[in-house]
Amino acid sequence: MNALLGLAGLLGFGLLLEVAPRVGLVPERYFPPTSTILGELAGQVGERAFWVAVGDTVLTWLLGLAIAVALGVVVGVAIGSVPLVRAATSSTIEFLRPIPSVALIPLVVVLHGSTITSTLILVVYAAFWQVLVQVLHGVADIDPVARDTARSYRLDRWARVRYLTWPTALPYVVTGVRLAATVALILTITGELVIGSPGLGQLIATARQSGAVPAMYALIVVTGVFGVLANVVTRAAERRALHWHPSMRAEVPA
Amino acid sequence: MTAVLTRVGLALGLPVVLVAVWWFASAGSTDFFFPPLRTIVEVFGPTWFGERLVDDVLPSLGRLAAGYAAALVLGVGLGVLIGSNRWVRAVTEPVLEFLRAIPPPVLVPVLMLVAGIGNGMKILVIISGCVWPILLNTVAGVRAVDGVLEDTCRTYRIRGTLRWRHLVLRSASPQIVTGARQALSVGIILMVISEMFAASSGLGFTVIQFKDGFQIPEMWSGVILLGLLGVLLSMLFRVVEHQVLSWYHGSRTAQKER
Repeated sequence: MNALLGLAGLLGFGLLLEVAPRVGLVPERYFPPTSTILGELAGQVGERAFWVAVGDTVLTWLLGLAIAVALGVVVGVAIGSVPLVRAATSSTIEFLRPIPSVALIPLVVVLHGSTITSTLILVVYAAFWQVLVQVLHGVADIDPVARDTARSYRLDRWARVRYLTWPTALPYVVTGVRLAATVALILTITGELVIGSPGLGQLIATARQSGAVPAMYALIVVTGVFGVLANVVTRAAERRALHWHPSMRAEVPA
Repeated sequence: MTAVLTRVGLALGLPVVLVAVWWFASAGSTDFFFPPLRTIVEVFGPTWFGERLVDDVLPSLGRLAAGYAAALVLGVGLGVLIGSNRWVRAVTEPVLEFLRAIPPPVLVPVLMLVAGIGNGMKILVIISGCVWPILLNTVAGVRAVDGVLEDTCRTYRIRGTLRWRHLVLRSASPQIVTGARQALSVGIILMVISEMFAASSGLGFTVIQFKDGFQIPEMWSGVILLGLLGVLLSMLFRVVEHQVLSWYHGSRTAQKER
């Protein structure tokens, strides 16, 4: 039932955007009707350049996300397991984390030019903190009884990480990955748009400069689809890891 | 006393070491792209605390404040409306999820087309990016109102404004604050991006100009200023959050101690 209503909502939204420019409610030059956008999208899908751009974007996005998650988990577990290190680094982390990654744009451009490397640095920087902070929360959340039990059984450091830290931190890690996936996508597109590294963002910038308005909208729809995909995939993963958690059980579908 | 000293030492130790390492490692640097930190610090004051403070920094922050405030009002308002009705929620959810999933910076070119390159465009960009996290978190918060509290309200016939203020908004506020925090970092990003794209003033514009003019120390000072602003705003946010959500944090600690 909800799916049907949602579909109706989507259709209605599309219809609204189709009708509004047609009847002159908004200027058609700036807001092309839905059918024009979808037609343009169909045209784009048939072109090689489009798929090359999609490939570049997905590559930057996933590569950046993978690096950020790996770094975040390793650094997070390492810092979080030693209370002294955690205490000594927390102020630095709190300081570095809110630095907006776009502040680094001029820096990476002068260092690496309009390449994928530039965008990748932005992506990794932005996504890393999301993961790191979640992992730190997760490691801090270890049940004292479980920790004491592990100690009583003389689990060595590695076994404690494997059987105590990791399962406790896992839900947090998954949340971190979900947040990081969104942030990484935003920064990937931003980098391509502003720096001009190859990908969908760059196509959007080109479409804007050449005044190809429907193409611009079509590409934006594509980026939106990627965003939805990122959400759906990571949320499904989250549900698997967190199926016991009250937040996942709160609403029984009516 | 020792405890306080230890805490201060732990908090300041690493940052001091890092800055010192940067300072001394870059001291004799002749690399064009990595000027000595001393040079960056020296140009920082003259670069930002003259005319630019009034011409670039404050307008940027003003646009951010205006866009953020509007997004907050819009997001919470719509969120409460959507969240409190199951039908509206079911109909709008996919559309909202889609709109939220669009990376906000791609809206810059679109809004430039519609609203030109003036203040209006930049504020619109900030609103259009900030509103989604707030809106969706408000919806989730309103949806998760405690059933017992809701029944209690009904039993006592608490309705209308009273109910909105004390039941709905109150119990959704932790979620709203979470959304507002996400929105703040999105807002800063969009403030900078919108100015990098097209502007004649503003922080993002100035930093890009330094980059294009190869004024590397000035550019570094701009990067540091943007970083400091990010840190400052997030600290400000935390102070406000502490005020607004003190009841919530209090009840959480009480629950944990029990």
